[in-house]
Amino acid sequence: MLTEFGKILIFIILAIVFIIVTLFISKLIRPNRPTYEKKKVYECGENPEGSPWVKFNIRFYVVALIFLIFDVEVVLLFPWALAYKDYGFYGFIVGLIFLVILGLGMAYEWRKGDLEWARPQIKPLKLDDILNSKSEKHINTN
Amino acid sequence: MGLLDKEFSDGNIVIVKVDDLFNWARLSSIWQLGFGLACCAIEMMATSASHYDFDRFGVIPRNTPRQADAIIISGTVTLKMATRIKRLYEQIPDPKYIISMGSCSNCGGPYWEHGYHVLKGVDRVIPVDVYVPGCPPRPEALLEGLLKLQEKIRNESLRKKSA
Repeated sequence: MLTEFGKILIFIILAIVFIIVTLFISKLIRPNRPTYEKKKVYECGENPEGSPWVKFNIRFYVVALIFLIFDVEVVLLFPWALAYKDYGFYGFIVGLIFLVILGLGMAYEWRKGDLEWARPQIKPLKLDDILNSKSEKHINTN
Repeated sequence: MGLLDKEFSDGNIVIVKVDDLFNWARLSSIWQLGFGLACCAIEMMATSASHYDFDRFGVIPRNTPRQADAIIISGTVTLKMATRIKRLYEQIPDPKYIISMGSCSNCGGPYWEHGYHVLKGVDRVIPVDVYVPGCPPRPEALLEGLLKLQEKIRNESLRKKSA
């Protein structure tokens, strides 16, 4: 008798076998005439310039990550907005907590300067500075 | 490998039936390379739009030659563009088909005599399957050219050609 995990295992095996068989059959019957030109990198018919394996700036990664977080936030807020009326004040508080946590994350990354492309140098605040000069503002301006 | 690619020389019933299946599949989904050259390209776009609806014949513009089956040379082929067209043609996977659309790409058209910069017919660089006359051809003419191409594909064979 199959357990529930056993069924999933059969699914996984079937998926792998299906893909291998499909790839093998298409490899078997398709025309295969590679040429130098055909294997070249496609650049709209132009001569390829340099390597296609270009490096992207690592800072795109932060932007992408922030985007992903708020994307998921929207996805999670849609069912919340739909079921909002049924849960009343309790549901509102739950959603609010979720938003506040993400808002805090946003404030943190804003403070760290991840939203600026030219990254500002943030001086870490020291306790002595705060105690010694109460009138001066410690917001970094450069 | 390419098991069905001109490997068998005799035309038994299996080959003939597979021929029919392949040809039907190929002629029903001619994906063209999204490639417009000159004023003919406007007519090609009009053909793709809802009024003439290229899509009902399975023609969808693709953005890369790797996914394309056909290329419609729609307009004046200048000498500079000819090398690019040649490369794009080379990068389309086999089997590939070419529709030459309009007088310019058929034979040079109005640039035949004094066009110092125009290739006198795109068939000087790549093999053309169907020529569509006109300057520019109306969308109906391009549709007719496509039907001719479908006829051509329908009569193709996987059989090895006897010398």
